[in-house]
Parts: sequence; structure tokens; C-alpha cells
Amino acid sequence: MVAVWHSALQRFGTGNYTGAVAAAVSIHLPSRIPPIAVTAFTATCAAGRGVDAFAHALALRKSGLVENDLGAAPLPCWIGRVDGLDEIVLPASFTHWDSRNNRLAWLGLGQDGFRDHALAAIERYGAARVALVLGTSTTSIGETERAYRELDADGHMDEVQRASRVHQTHSLGAFVQEALGLAGPCLTIATACSSSAKVFASAERLLHAGLADAAIIGGVDSLCGSVLYGFNSLELISPQPCRPFDVERRGLSLGEAAGFALLESITVDKSALRLIGYGESADAHHMSAPHPLGLGAQRALADALARAGLAPADVDYINLHGTASRQNDEIEAALIARTFSAQTLASSTKGWSGHALGAAGIVEAVVALLAIEHGFVPGTLNAETLDPACGPQIVIDNHERRVHVALSNSFGFGGNNCCLAFAAAPA
Amino acid sequence: MSALDIVIEGIGVWSAELSNWAASCDVLCTDVFSTEVEKVLNATSHPAPSLLAPTERRRAPDSVLLAIEVAQQACSMAGRDPCELPNVFASAYGDLAINDYLCATLARSPQDVSPTKFHNSVHNAPAGYWSIATGCMESSTAISAGAATFGAGLLEAALLAQRESRAVLLAAYDIAAVGPIADIVPCRTAFGVALVLAPASPRAVAHLRVQPQHAATTELASAAGVLHACHRDNPAARGLPLLTALARREPQTLMLAAGACVNLRMEISF
Repeated sequence: MVAVWHSALQRFGTGNYTGAVAAAVSIHLPSRIPPIAVTAFTATCAAGRGVDAFAHALALRKSGLVENDLGAAPLPCWIGRVDGLDEIVLPASFTHWDSRNNRLAWLGLGQDGFRDHALAAIERYGAARVALVLGTSTTSIGETERAYRELDADGHMDEVQRASRVHQTHSLGAFVQEALGLAGPCLTIATACSSSAKVFASAERLLHAGLADAAIIGGVDSLCGSVLYGFNSLELISPQPCRPFDVERRGLSLGEAAGFALLESITVDKSALRLIGYGESADAHHMSAPHPLGLGAQRALADALARAGLAPADVDYINLHGTASRQNDEIEAALIARTFSAQTLASSTKGWSGHALGAAGIVEAVVALLAIEHGFVPGTLNAETLDPACGPQIVIDNHERRVHVALSNSFGFGGNNCCLAFAAAPA
Repeated sequence: MSALDIVIEGIGVWSAELSNWAASCDVLCTDVFSTEVEKVLNATSHPAPSLLAPTERRRAPDSVLLAIEVAQQACSMAGRDPCELPNVFASAYGDLAINDYLCATLARSPQDVSPTKFHNSVHNAPAGYWSIATGCMESSTAISAGAATFGAGLLEAALLAQRESRAVLLAAYDIAAVGPIADIVPCRTAFGVALVLAPASPRAVAHLRVQPQHAATTELASAAGVLHACHRDNPAARGLPLLTALARREPQTLMLAAGACVNLRMEISF
């Protein structure tokens, strides 16, 4: 398989992208899918609560990263913290769902009128006909960490923790289902940093099969000891604010975020922004390092374009995974350089938000949607001198330009990849 | 809601008492353990899947060994190359032993977190190891839906099989809670089950018509038997009523939870 892909890779640059991918025998490209309407969306991250604040920060190039002050002896690094999470109190009926992650979910649902959009969909279709698919990597592990710090003298958890329902992966999906009063299919996807990109694909399958009339999708991830000290142990954290694609980048800045979107049949609103494609793949290479040739990422990209019925030349903007790790950025830059022409612009927005891990997919899908809506391409904040692997596609500065088609890349540990394709309604 | 018509091509099962589907069939049909089985009960916490190289087998956490063992069994029974199957890994809790290690280490000396344990802590670790071991680059996901994780995973895999008109691997697994986390997570055993699902296929061992229904209007299949008694708090073992029907080759309709509000009505035929 690898050898086949390698030969396909060498044929890139001939301009025959589809031919090169098709030449990778035993890979059958998926067929084109009908578009799905994205009728509402929201994102909350360090750079802003809600899309207006986030778009404003993007336009003004105002980063949300701050010096890390979490824990007793904070690691010397920068984080994308969402302020005010400690002060949020969930309604009394949801006390058993309390965790930093679920408070962030609650905060996120309250932005951009998203809760009202969700409730209107329930009113329209019935609670059982609205699916919920959410992505996360941390889920509520931060609360389990706290419970371990507060064990009693016999090494056991207290009554409050025993009554809590957050100590499971599905904490996020189960809480949001209860908080919105949903009664349809409900799933939490946890594939590390691709989690909340893959929710679009799962929702598309549910809608296509007629198991739901609408799907609320999204993701929430929150800062906690596991991810800060875990990424630190892998030597992947930058001591300075992350600098995606910069030749002197030193690793990532972790962040936290919540984002949601409402997906419905395109017949509901033909003028809505639309999900037109997705591609999911695995690297089959390493648990914490990307495939050196970017073959898994390339495959996700090829599948997304095939489902969208598009060629690389049709893509106006790509929101890259761009974590600012040495390996990810080099490999992703090479993939973009060999696949797209200079007409396609690409950037990483992690200099604004930090890497929101399981919430990165939805936050950056929202950036792609905002790019289409506002005719605005954010640049790559904190990058000064681009890595030589970068082609002309990757931009440091913001650009105003019409964006009809935008992609978003998300890659996670375990070599898990997802690429999403969005478009404006046809003129 | 609409129905999904799929077939089962392969089945894998592992628990401390059962090393494979053939052994499971005996117990599921007779509902008694043989003396031999009782001897190994609780003697081992994890399988040793031959797909992994010995060094990887030693390094991999229990959840990964369990998921890969059952996945490998199901692919082998189906006669499918694992490399060609999109896959869905379903677990309510992920690797509880690693969660215990991480939380305990963070409480004591956070700087000592092991990088390997950290990357093995992701919920999709079994999916990642599976991809690496088999060379599979197909779509791969890791899901969770609490007590209904088995049914939710089956629905996700069935939707994928139908949408892509391809065979899909489902592996559902959970392992025992250890340490303080056992105060809040009731799971006390390891249990794993895998199915290769496909649209219509000549290799079918059973046909499934899956129809999601509102949970309020339906009643779940009653779980009983010696295996249920062993694994009542393991979310992967919620698949036992389906496995029992498959072992006994009795056409029937049963209901499994796929979420807090959704049950799957499953018509099983042969």
C-alpha cells in the first residue's frame, strides 16, 4: 500500500491530481454526495466568545494566547484559555454533569443564539428526529484529575464525585443531550485532534439514511493536567506562543474551545452555506507522529474532494491543521505545496486559538465557514519566516478575497485524519 | 425511522473465560461453563493477539490487546483482509488502567507523566494500533455512548457499511476499573466483541434488519445467563443478547440500547 501511494506521490506535480490519486490502485475514491445545509454555527475559543468576537480577533490579528498560569507550578508555556469558566455555574438540575469541559460546552451553546437554533430545530422536527454528534479528546478527564487530587485518607472519592456522571468518555454528548432536551441518536466521537471534524461525516450518514431530520454537531475540549503534562512529556509544547509554519517554530500552544453547528437537508435553505465533502483516513504509521509522506492526510484530502466533486483548482482557502509541531507542519506544507496551485490560499489559525485538540475540528470548520461568509482569509499569526517546505499557498498576512470553497484539515494521534469541504450556495 | 439491512460476516469475542467465538457459542447455547473454562476464569486480564509483534504485545495496554484480539478474530472468520475494512472502535470508558495511572501521576508528580502512556491514553489508541498493525488506511473512528456504547457503535458501523456499500469492522470493548476510579466506574471485567458487517454478502452468517426506535416506546431485550452474570457492568457485554441469538441460530427480534433515548430493533435471520 505504501509503495503504491509513494509512486502516486511522485506523479504529483504533473497537474493530474485525480489521475495520480486514482493510480493508487486498491483505493477506490468515494462518489459525490449531495450537499448538506449548515444552518447555524458558533465557536468560542481563547480569541473570542461567539463568531463575531472571533472574526473580529482574526481581522485585527489579536491572539488569545496568554502565559500559562494553570496548576500549582505552571509549565512555562502559552495557552489559549477561555476566561471565566471557573465562574460558570450549571443550572441545579445539571449539577451531576459539572466539569470544566461541560461548563465550556454550556458557555458555547449560549453564543450566537445557538441554543435557540437548536430548540427551534427540536420544535420543527421533534426531539427524537434531531441527532447529536460531538467530538472531544479530554472530555471531563480534568474533573477525574481533580477527584484524584482530593481523595480521602483511605484513597477513595467523596460523595460528590460518586454522584457525578462525568467520569466517562460520553460525558460531553450525554450532558449536551440532556441540556438541550434531545431524544435522537447521540454519540461522542473521540479520535484525538480529528474528533470534532469527524462529527460532520457521522452526521451526514445519519441524515442520508433518514435516521434524523437535523443534526447538532460540534466539539468541546478543555485545558487540564493530562494534556499539558502529556504533550510536555512528548516535548511538543513551545515555550513561546506557537508559530505555525515558521522555520523557527518550537511546538504547539494548547488551547480550549467549544463549537457547534446545525446541519439540515439542503432543501430547507438552498441559500445556506453547505458541507459538500469529507474524507476520513488513518496513517497506519505511528501513534504520535504523522506519516512522513503525509499519505493518510493526502488520502483524507482526496476523499473530501471526491465527495465534493471538486478538483484542487476549485479550492479557494484551506484552514490547515498547522499545530506548529516540527513534523506536522513540514509534512502538511509539503502536501499542500504538491497538490494546490498558488491560487489556493492556506493558513493555520492556531496562533489565535491555540490547539484546541478535540475541539480544533469544529473551531476551524467555523473559520472556513466565516472565510466563505465574509470573503476573508485569515493569515498565520506569529509566523515570520515560513519553513522552506511551504509553497506559495501558505500566507502569513490576512487577505480579503472571495472564497467559494474552503477546506479544513484535522489530524490526530493514532494517525487519525479528517478533511472537510464547505462551499457557498451556487450563485 | 428507516431500517438498515446488513449482514454479519464475522464475529470475535474475548473475555477471561472465553478465548474466541467457538468457545462462546458453547457457553451461549448451553448457558453453563465447562470445568476447563472455570479454571481460567479471572486468571488472565488480557489476550495476546497474534497480529501484534511480541514487543508490541508487551508494550500495548490491555484495552488495545482486547480490541485487536476480537477485531482480528472477526476479520479472520469473515475471510476479510483487515487492511480493507473501514473500522469503528466503541468503548464507554477507554483504557481505565491508563486513566488511573495518569490521574494518580498528575496528583503526585505531574512532570513524571510517561509520554507513551499519554499517547496510549487517547480513546482511539486501539484504532491507531489496529491501523499500524494491519496497514489499514481506511476511515477509522472511536466512539462512546455510555451504557449504550455497543448499540451506538453497531449503528455507526451499519450506517458506514450502508453509506459506502462496503464491509465495515466494529470492535466494542471495555476493561476493568482499577484504583480510585473504581469508586465511580462499576466495570469489573474485560469483555470485547467484534463484528464484520457488510451490505448483502455471500459470506453472511446472519442477516440483521436494524431499526432505531424511540426508547420510551420500546423494551430492551432481557439479559440473562452466566456470561451476563459475569459481565453485567461491562458496556461491551450489552451485545450479549445479540451474540446469544447468533450462537443459537434462532431467528428473532430483539431490542438493544443505542443511546439514552434510542433503542435498536434488530430482526435477526439466518
